[in-house]
Amino acid sequence: MKHIIVVGNGMVGYKFCEKLVAQEAGKDFKITVFGEEPRPAYDRVHLSEFFENQDAKALEMAPLEWYMEHGIKLITGERVADINRRSKIITTAKDEAFSYDYLVLATGSTPFVPPIKGVEKNGVFVYRTIEDLEDMLAYAAKLKAEKPNARAAVLGGGLLGLEAGKAVMDMGLEPHIVEFASKLMPRQLDSRSSQVLKLKLESIGLNIHLGKATNQILGDGAITGMEFGEDDMLEVDMLVISAGIRPRDELGKNSGLEVGVRGGIVVNNKMQTSDENIYAIGEIALYNQMIYGLVAPGYDMAGIAVEQILGQSGSLMPSEIDMSTKLKLIGVDVASFGDPFMPASKGHSIIFENKTQNLYKRINVSLDGKSLLGGILVGDASDYNMLHQVYLNGMAIPEDPSQLILPVSEGGSSFGSVLDLPDTAQVCSCESVSKGDICCSITDGESTNFADVVTKTKATSGCGGCKPMVTDLVNETLKSLGKEVKETICEHFDFSRQELYDLIKINKVPDYQEALNLFGEGHGCETCKPLVASIFATITMETANRQPAIQDTNDRFLANIQRNGTYSVVPRIAGGEITPEQLITIGTVAKKYDLYTKITGGQRIDLFGAQVHELPLIWKELIDAGFESGHAYGKSLRTVKSCVGSTWCRYGMHESVTFAIEIEKRYRGLRSPHKFKGGVSGCIRECAEARGKDFGLIAVEGGWNLYVCGNGGATPKHAVLLAEQLDDKTVVKYLDRFLMYYIRTAGPLVRTAPWLDKLDGGLDYLKQVVIEDSLGIADDLETEMKGLINSYECEWKQAVESPEIMKRFKHFVNSDDTNDNLEFVPMREQKMPKAWN
Amino acid sequence: MQDILSQYESVLISNVKNWFKVGKTEDFPENSGACIKYKAKQIAVYNFTRTGKWYATQNLCPHKMEMVLSLGMIGDKEGIPKVACPLHKKNFSLEDGSQIGGDELKIATYPVKIENGNVYIGFLD
Repeated sequence: MKHIIVVGNGMVGYKFCEKLVAQEAGKDFKITVFGEEPRPAYDRVHLSEFFENQDAKALEMAPLEWYMEHGIKLITGERVADINRRSKIITTAKDEAFSYDYLVLATGSTPFVPPIKGVEKNGVFVYRTIEDLEDMLAYAAKLKAEKPNARAAVLGGGLLGLEAGKAVMDMGLEPHIVEFASKLMPRQLDSRSSQVLKLKLESIGLNIHLGKATNQILGDGAITGMEFGEDDMLEVDMLVISAGIRPRDELGKNSGLEVGVRGGIVVNNKMQTSDENIYAIGEIALYNQMIYGLVAPGYDMAGIAVEQILGQSGSLMPSEIDMSTKLKLIGVDVASFGDPFMPASKGHSIIFENKTQNLYKRINVSLDGKSLLGGILVGDASDYNMLHQVYLNGMAIPEDPSQLILPVSEGGSSFGSVLDLPDTAQVCSCESVSKGDICCSITDGESTNFADVVTKTKATSGCGGCKPMVTDLVNETLKSLGKEVKETICEHFDFSRQELYDLIKINKVPDYQEALNLFGEGHGCETCKPLVASIFATITMETANRQPAIQDTNDRFLANIQRNGTYSVVPRIAGGEITPEQLITIGTVAKKYDLYTKITGGQRIDLFGAQVHELPLIWKELIDAGFESGHAYGKSLRTVKSCVGSTWCRYGMHESVTFAIEIEKRYRGLRSPHKFKGGVSGCIRECAEARGKDFGLIAVEGGWNLYVCGNGGATPKHAVLLAEQLDDKTVVKYLDRFLMYYIRTAGPLVRTAPWLDKLDGGLDYLKQVVIEDSLGIADDLETEMKGLINSYECEWKQAVESPEIMKRFKHFVNSDDTNDNLEFVPMREQKMPKAWN
Repeated sequence: MQDILSQYESVLISNVKNWFKVGKTEDFPENSGACIKYKAKQIAVYNFTRTGKWYATQNLCPHKMEMVLSLGMIGDKEGIPKVACPLHKKNFSLEDGSQIGGDELKIATYPVKIENGNVYIGFLD
């Protein structure tokens, strides 16, 4: 039986054993492991956790029994002192000799202690082993007994130094990090990400000193301070040195193995040293003239060495070693992958930084913009796995690579374009149409536009919820085929909504028929008619009663048509505030007309099951009791939801209900490209879910934070911050501008969130338009909005007062009979329409 | 359910046995649909004021068997007059009752004539 001796029982030495015994052929070897430390291998990466439980066992890679079970002879507390390569024998410090067939050196490294004057003083430690930590703990305990506010410094702001910083903080000492370089983690981070990390660490109590060269360590016997330059010193009671590592290569040197100029035993891609029977792995191996101080490459080296010894000669260490790392450092995500720093000659960098949230993301992209070369993430490394995969596999990246790192709300998205969806993705679930079906319909030449795709695939013909995504897919696919995509309204108007809006407004077109005569062709359809109705409403604030024939069925009957052709009635309950009297009125009406009642998602009450002839009767009663239309049927303002706010809530900061009512009343009846909703929360607990609305206000110290362009629905999106700490007046001003700008420029049936997504320049541009008035149209927008607000009229009041309009609310033209096709069934003490077959 | 549907069958103008008067032209909204009652039937009547043409179909949408077609928006698809059901926007040709953008559904059509400002629908019974 051949004998393998492993020198060193650290993480990599252990991993070698683990990988060896995992292979069937590994059982043919006798294995002896020497460890210099008194205990078996432990997880040095998580050394700082030792302070949390002081349980060395918890850090163990494997218990002693594991070595026994696998027939491995583990000799701890014994250093190997010499190698006789000719006779293949090692000698320990206790002068015992062992012969080997293969020798694996995994002696690791020692902390580098720079030659600073006074470094030998008491209270100066290195940070490498559990023993080091135990010594530090004992010293710290003594210090704190004498001096409750004792300070400890860590020399070195690298990965390990910051871990040590956490360790001394956990010991109850005031922590200071002293780094020679001008940035933290100089091997992994660039200056800006270091700055972000520094801010974050300072916020949790670490004191960071950058660009400090330590001249000497002060004190008699024990350390009392560090001197950097003249008049520049830091008083400290303890010092932990974490200034890098030096490979433990003395065994190799003494036995004549080839070593590097600055240390490390030279290995080839088989992990063999200059002696073919001796392997070196981990932090003593000098591969590609580099020492790899990370655990992952060390483990890889262990695996290669195992396979080489077992005769799998094809197993080689790759020439490029992935140095990507992701770790949680004192609760802060830090990750770097690929080439984190890249000279401008090699590619471009895209950087996203948000110091208010201690967030920094950088990606480096090749000059041709096609591949990802590396990057840095600080504060939020949730994208690391995806980015690392893209980097490792050389995957294609979006045309605008910023989408890989931008927060979704800033215009980026988790997938760059709808075309990135897999072909099997089900886009229309009503008709089971996949992305592939839609795109193929176009690439096969079967369809040339959206309408064709709908005809051929039936996508969107169910609930219609997938329409925006199908539209995007159609447009993107057409674009990818080099075809011009013009977003025209329909076959009757060869214009975009915005173009037609301008044409109607500038030419003072009186009605739909004239618009069709002037700018369209044919006789219209269910797409262009309501769209033009909406344009008229937002130009002149005309109600749905003036041109009933072009209104969607809901608007024509000023109610929401339900699945059996009956309607539901929703009176406005601004801000969700309602008096007991009003509640009684609603209850009485509902009872009288036998209506199913339900609270809506927007804090109002919906009354279902009204027949068309009952609508005016119901509304007459509601209007007499002071209600007005809730416009639940319109592409218009729905509700402004509120929480109870400072009027009642012990946390409330401002009167959210009062403000919600004011705003709901301001924009009531306002028609827009799609429905829109608002929310007002009285504090950051956000009970009104304002960030799920097209506009949301959240009370903060000093005013309101204004969020815009959120929604629930099929594609939920949080609203994004437009402006902070506004007073009531400014909120209203910005809202007027924002809403009017949206109404003027959005496509048909496009809500605020997708509108913002498509807006060139995104949120920044919107801020410029709304806040800075970069287009010089703010006055226009405000004036226009005021005109609309002043022209508001309750269309239900209009309707019940006009005999002409009342004629509409009849099921038959030639009979007073009602629809006899209606069938209801009882449900929980109310009723519902009989189910469809 | 099929029973309701089965009572609606297209009527050709040449086969009309009974021209039933359903009202005056001004009783019907312009460029819209409206519903009339004939015996047990509900018939949707569409007044295309722009072209001066009138159409009539069953009021029942065969998709979900609801009496709603007269509430739908009317217009044209490449010149063919059509109605879009208000429930799920199924489109039907008013000329022959065929479904536009699909082929599984069909509605019955009825002839309409205007005489002396009165609107008549043609039936077999």
